[in-house]
Amino acid sequence: MSTTRAQKAALFRRLAHDRILVKDGPYGTAIQKLKLGEADFRGGRDFAHDQKGNNDLLNLTQPEAIAGICRAYLEAGADVLATNTFNSNAISLADYGVEDMVREVNVAAARLTRRMADAYDTPDKPRFVVGALGPTNKTLSVSPDVNNPGHREVSFDFVRDVYKAQIEGLLEGGVDFILVETVFDTLNAKAALVAVDELAEARGEDIPVMVSMTLTDLSGRNLSGQTVEAFWNSVRHARPLTVGLNCSFGATELRPYVTTLAKTVDTLLCIYPNAGLPNEMGEYAELPEMTARLIHDWAEQGLINVIGGCCGTTPAHIAAIARAVAGLKPRAIPVIEPKLRLSGLEAFAA
Amino acid sequence: MSTQTATFINVGERTNVTGSAKFKKLILAGDYNAALDVARQQVEAGAQIIDINMDEGLLDAELAMETFLKLVAAEPDIARVPIMIDSSKWSVIETGIKCVAGKAIVNSISLKEGEAAFLEHARKVRRYGAAMVVMAFDETGQADTRARKVEICARAYDVLTTKAHVAPEDIIFDPNIFAVATGIEEHNNYAVDFIEACRDIKARCPHVKISGGVSNISFSFRGNEPVRRAMHSVFLYHAIQAGMDMGIVNAGQLDVYDEIPAELRERVEDVILNRRADATERLLEIAEKYRDSGAQAEAVTEEWRSWPVDRRLSHALVKGIDAHIVEDTEEARQHFARPIEVIEGPLMAGMNVVGDLFGAGKMFLPQVVKSARVMKRSVAHLIPFIEAEKAAGAQAKGRVVMATVKGDVHDIGKNIVGVVLQCNNFEVIDLGVMVPFQDILKAAVDHKADIVGLSGLITPSLDEMTTVAEEMERAGLTMPLMIGGATTSKVHTALKIAPHYSGPTIHVLDASRAVGVASALTSDTQRDAFASQTATEYEEIRRKRAGATESELLPLEAARANGVAIDWAGYTPPVPSFLGTRVFNDYPLDKLVERIDWTPFFRSWELAGTYPAILTDPVVGESASQLFADAQKMLAQIVSEKWLTAKAVIGLWPAARDGDDVVLYTDDTRTQELSRAHFLRQQIAKRDGRPNFCLADFVAPQGDYLGGFAVTAGHGIEAHLARFKAAHDDYSDILLKALADRLAEALAETLHEEVRTRHWGYAADEALSNEDIIREKYRGIRPAPGYPACPDHSEKVELFRLLDASRNAGIQLTESFAMVPTAAVSGFYFAHPQAQYFGVARIGRDQVEDYARRRGVSMEQAEKWLRPNLGY
Repeated sequence: MSTTRAQKAALFRRLAHDRILVKDGPYGTAIQKLKLGEADFRGGRDFAHDQKGNNDLLNLTQPEAIAGICRAYLEAGADVLATNTFNSNAISLADYGVEDMVREVNVAAARLTRRMADAYDTPDKPRFVVGALGPTNKTLSVSPDVNNPGHREVSFDFVRDVYKAQIEGLLEGGVDFILVETVFDTLNAKAALVAVDELAEARGEDIPVMVSMTLTDLSGRNLSGQTVEAFWNSVRHARPLTVGLNCSFGATELRPYVTTLAKTVDTLLCIYPNAGLPNEMGEYAELPEMTARLIHDWAEQGLINVIGGCCGTTPAHIAAIARAVAGLKPRAIPVIEPKLRLSGLEAFAA
Repeated sequence: MSTQTATFINVGERTNVTGSAKFKKLILAGDYNAALDVARQQVEAGAQIIDINMDEGLLDAELAMETFLKLVAAEPDIARVPIMIDSSKWSVIETGIKCVAGKAIVNSISLKEGEAAFLEHARKVRRYGAAMVVMAFDETGQADTRARKVEICARAYDVLTTKAHVAPEDIIFDPNIFAVATGIEEHNNYAVDFIEACRDIKARCPHVKISGGVSNISFSFRGNEPVRRAMHSVFLYHAIQAGMDMGIVNAGQLDVYDEIPAELRERVEDVILNRRADATERLLEIAEKYRDSGAQAEAVTEEWRSWPVDRRLSHALVKGIDAHIVEDTEEARQHFARPIEVIEGPLMAGMNVVGDLFGAGKMFLPQVVKSARVMKRSVAHLIPFIEAEKAAGAQAKGRVVMATVKGDVHDIGKNIVGVVLQCNNFEVIDLGVMVPFQDILKAAVDHKADIVGLSGLITPSLDEMTTVAEEMERAGLTMPLMIGGATTSKVHTALKIAPHYSGPTIHVLDASRAVGVASALTSDTQRDAFASQTATEYEEIRRKRAGATESELLPLEAARANGVAIDWAGYTPPVPSFLGTRVFNDYPLDKLVERIDWTPFFRSWELAGTYPAILTDPVVGESASQLFADAQKMLAQIVSEKWLTAKAVIGLWPAARDGDDVVLYTDDTRTQELSRAHFLRQQIAKRDGRPNFCLADFVAPQGDYLGGFAVTAGHGIEAHLARFKAAHDDYSDILLKALADRLAEALAETLHEEVRTRHWGYAADEALSNEDIIREKYRGIRPAPGYPACPDHSEKVELFRLLDASRNAGIQLTESFAMVPTAAVSGFYFAHPQAQYFGVARIGRDQVEDYARRRGVSMEQAEKWLRPNLGY
């Protein structure tokens, strides 16, 4: 890379100072619409297990389909493109028996997304590629066994090493930043942040990181029980480029927590909500105009810096959001008084 | 959901195998469930952080730490608070830290094994996202003297912040508390060394916290718990004032400082402060006597004590006498079939008398608050019995959820309203101060509140109240919303809050109106009529406002052209005696007492009138006199027992006017700009050649000076407020806060005089009476950011930076720029004879745009800061 990741982060901050940046939408919803079958997922390669549903494998087996999704979000006006790697870690890929493909999948995903972003990159509208790390389907804070609350399926060091392997692939493929997203267990996220920090030290470079929490119920806590302020205290030491919320619910329900974070965090705020709450059929039915109207309201109140979409949002949603925030001032990062800020499930300051 | 804030941080110490025999036994036996109960009890008892230590020879400490922390993570009522991972072994700390999702504290690391090992550990702690306790321990050993403690901490601070990129606020120093009164002379000064080191470290290492293991201090009195408790309390009393922030303390091992018998306290204090050579012997002489001491004090029997119990209760309530309330309540409880009947019977009867007298204007707020104190203590005695009986509580008239909104810390008024409502049989759920809207909404829903009450004192709180109203609307709530507090008004409520909320929204002028409003709002028969009548009245206010031809605003340029015309050619700016800042670390309180302006004190208790005439006022005179006598008594205690510490910092800088800004320079060469103060100009069209004032007008275009100050009299107040709260004593609580406010004002006034006569010295021969000083008949002014002449609270941030007020006077700013401690005053000094106070009032968009540019902020930000003044 000609520019370093630290320089990319500085450019990102500079742009975010002047305008609200737009992040892409989800891969899952878009892939679902392609109605791919087992043969499509395999793409002519040989696998011991069924691969239908292994969306991240498509980076290798259907690269043009994934590139098409990237293109749609770029056309919609996204400044930030995430890689299709939510499950590309050894823990999640093991569900399909392909845990040995971590490196291959991540390198391919990062290269593909990089290529698409670079094709649209202009001096006026630089595009950024972020390597997405999902939470895995194992949790470090919660026991899967109700009769044995002290039990854990995985250890901190194991999860850290799983993330390290994934991050190495993403960096090799050329991502600008790492995105730790859909954090339902803060301890998993901390393992990812330790992985990033250790790799940064080993490689002698800054690896900027974005962190995004998800709320599991309307009381405003994640699965491990933390409030948004407690979560921020838990991750602030990593000096994330952006912090925020994704998935959880729609913009309506997310708003109080966005308001709280907007006043609490002294870095850029990145939010990507779902298209409303799922209806009785389990579908996200909020129309692009509706999502955009809600987001417009946030932007007018100066609550956001980076905005995108999660479950149920489509390129049409992203385009509508991009239009809705165009020309509106981004949130001003507040100056937060230095205090000893700790957290359990709740935040503490003194 | 809200961020909990604390002054002295109470770290629970029972989950420590080295300190608790019980916990050790449970862990060794593998009874982790019972061990979790120990942790839970600590959190319930108020521990804000729990310390967990498994360093025991018979244990696999790493395994025990991991097992216990993973179990804690499954217990939300324990995991709520931050964890302190306590071990002398690094491997145990690293194991522990990988089990905690929150931001924990590591206890501890040190320079004991040299800088390389220290740095390696510190970097890892930072990487894992924890704060760290750093022991004052280096390659040559543990620091015992003040100088060594400070030297090691300063070195550690520099290493951590420059080489390990640790944020200074994540550093907690433990400068080692060692036992005193051991019989070894070298140990005698250990407590003093610690206390003095606290002060030095806080000054040397900004933003750090200081902690320590308190029980070490009394080690030589093992087995004599009363003496140990007294030693802990006296030590903490002094150490906290010197800057100690947190400690590993068993709350049960503490006495209330004031309640330690005088003889014992004096001798303990001699030991702690190393005040005399024979201090240890003198404490030993009396120590045995206190070994099993209980309470003493015999009261004189008065006539009313012979009355039947229900009359005694009623009498105690009306007269506000709490000396016998618990025994009388207990006696009454045994008379009645059910404990609730004591409340419904004699207590309510007594409170009804109080309510009637208050309603009729025959009893005044201070007495009502005293009555409430008695009531609360009585009810507190009954609650366990009522709960044991599982009977429902008394049928309250209604339930009110009250809060001081986020960003604001002022609660005198809110507490008064709370007490008055409780006296009138409302159930009050007080959420405290700095409450974010989510918590208010949640409490309103959870408690099925009949009314939500919001309070605030500073202007940014007005905005926050609007936010709460919007969020209540969004959440679909409909219960009435009461708005109160010094800067609130009926007009603001009608214009800016009520339109955002469809439930009844009502401004309440003062505590005495709160009962009427709350009663109407909870009455089935009156509610609708009252709500619609208020809505109509507010609609009328809005209509009038919309149609009103408000006095016209001048364009900014025209207003500037009509500024104060001062003949600068004929004026030589006086030169201050020093430039830069000067700190007053512990201003003698006794010098402030005579400077107190009592009139606002009475106003805070809703007694109208001017001091001293108010004392003989035919209507409120008796009540005012009684209040004044109580205030004098407490004031004497505040001074003699040093409940409060007054701190101040003043600054004087070379300055010059530049438009509506005042430029400050680093020194008298005036070559380098230090900062800028940004002021606002009146834009309302003036008649009769009156100028459009701006504070910058009072500073010469060159060669002048500007001063600044920040003072507080609030340090140390928390311990006393906590004591009053524990005793259900709202009266003393409010009285102390009101007095602290007055002392802070008096300090501001006194320092202003010193500035005029000495530091700036432009009025060296000023000879004014105390009264004239209170009436401000002197040259020069001291306007405060957030008040009418410079209404933008946010200017405090830069003023505080220039004064380094958080370090020099220990005053912090909240996100809404309220000062903590609340008993604080800050502002600017202007010396010109023509300088005067004025109100900026409404300003135009052109000035806001100009101001945003001058401050280098967005228009939205400037509008937010200046919202109360926006004239468009």
